[in-house]
Amino acid sequence: MARSTRTLLVGLAVVGAGILLAALRVNPYVYFAGYVILQYVVMATAWNILGGYAGYVNFGTPAFFALGAYTAVFLIQSTRAPLPVLILAGGLVSGLLGLGIGYLTLRLRGVFFSIATLALSIVLQTMIINWEYVGGSRGLSVIRPSGPPFGSYVTFLFAVMVLLSVMAVTVARFIERSWVGRGLAALRDNEEAAECMGVPTLRLKLFATTVSGVLLGVAGAPFPYYVTFVEPTSAFNLDYAVNALAMPMIGGTTSWVGPVIGAVLLGTAQQLATVTISSEMNLFIVGVVLVAFVVLAPEGIVGLVRRVRGR
Amino acid sequence: MAPALLEVDGLTKRFGGFTALNGVSLDVTPGERFGLIGPNGSGKTTLINCVSGALPADGGRIRFEGRDITAVPAHRRTRLGIVRSFQIPKPFTSMTVAQNLAIPLEYAAGARSDGADVAAEAMEILRTIGLESKAHTRPAGLTQIEMRKLELARAMAAKPKLLISDEAMAGLSSAEIDDILAILFRLNERGITIIMIEHIMRAVMRFSERIVVLDAGERIAEGTPDAIVRNPVVEKAYLGE
Repeated sequence: MARSTRTLLVGLAVVGAGILLAALRVNPYVYFAGYVILQYVVMATAWNILGGYAGYVNFGTPAFFALGAYTAVFLIQSTRAPLPVLILAGGLVSGLLGLGIGYLTLRLRGVFFSIATLALSIVLQTMIINWEYVGGSRGLSVIRPSGPPFGSYVTFLFAVMVLLSVMAVTVARFIERSWVGRGLAALRDNEEAAECMGVPTLRLKLFATTVSGVLLGVAGAPFPYYVTFVEPTSAFNLDYAVNALAMPMIGGTTSWVGPVIGAVLLGTAQQLATVTISSEMNLFIVGVVLVAFVVLAPEGIVGLVRRVRGR
Repeated sequence: MAPALLEVDGLTKRFGGFTALNGVSLDVTPGERFGLIGPNGSGKTTLINCVSGALPADGGRIRFEGRDITAVPAHRRTRLGIVRSFQIPKPFTSMTVAQNLAIPLEYAAGARSDGADVAAEAMEILRTIGLESKAHTRPAGLTQIEMRKLELARAMAAKPKLLISDEAMAGLSSAEIDDILAILFRLNERGITIIMIEHIMRAVMRFSERIVVLDAGERIAEGTPDAIVRNPVVEKAYLGE
């Protein structure tokens, strides 16, 4: 009991610090870059619930993210719904897609599952390109609501993303430490043995794909208001797939801290590289760091720390 | 005769044009030590896969404690009490030996309270099987015999009524075989019904009270170990004419 109270307090403290930072109105670039890093915290955490805990590598991250974003675009276009509604709806729609993907795991495992999710992203992008109402291939301008808290809308979105990150990490941590997390670890290690030991593998996989989908959709829903111009190429950017996979791999996939560490390190490095070197450098950084980690520290930073502590 | 614990009735399984099991029927009574033998490719493992639920049957029925389980998914059959060990050990590699046992304890035996109870029970099982010194190592650090013991310990943690041991002794030395046999005898004394699939005749003949022989997907003989050894049909299946 005391432990969960402490968790709650830490979560509230992080949210409080985020709001405080937003209220301070420092250099606007801090919020602008901070939003992207936090968005990656949510995405990496979401990816890790399926990829790290259950061992199903999803390359279709852009599909879930963009579906969240385009659900928001649709609702902004049709009803001018408020941001909380956009986030809930984005999560719901992407969660349904996640549930659908879950049924794919009945027949597809390993690399075949990954290829199918990548294909899903391309199919979905093609559909959006041909849907004029949400902007089609040309894209669509979105007008931000007026009079946001903290003076600027990006600062407000930064505070929202702090909240969403804390929420996503809390969900991941809860799953990891519950019987669901232990069942997912069993099926990641050996699905056949897990089923024979009483683990309802299909139900757990459906749970993982759905939760992962919800969180990715949630990460995508505020995106239209952040960029104010949504078009398919940027919403379905393959960078999301690479980053959402690389960040947990670098941080460590077996613990909730891993994706957070990976997202903060890699996300910050990318933001710095974009400003100081060139915008093309950031993927190069991901590539080099990922290769280094896969070769030298396959269990990520968390694994490295554990190994050092163990001795 | 006591009512059967497991009834397999006319079980058929095809892989494309190949019939792996052709109308196989057998009964296993509660508390029995049952041997299932047959040459390579005779359908033993396929039969076990169908009984444990890993493969769907194409025909026939399977009943457990009088209940039709033909359409019940594998994890629920485990909870009902049908537990198998694998021919090639399939441990949960990222977990310690004790954590390996916690999975069936929690998921199959219904011990939902995580923490002390599960850990204590896992240690208890490891002690009976002689693996307690390895409780906190990962499976990668185990020897072949320890790996087989882990397979059996994990199956025990699921609290089976019927334990299906799929070639638990293949590749082990003679002393190690005796070790595993002793464990299986002890489990049987506790009231667990055991189906043993084995190529090592010395072990099956010593262990089983009754043996069924499969050949090319069909049941060709049934009887006590002595009767099976003298059966000319069985001899023909193993050695040819």
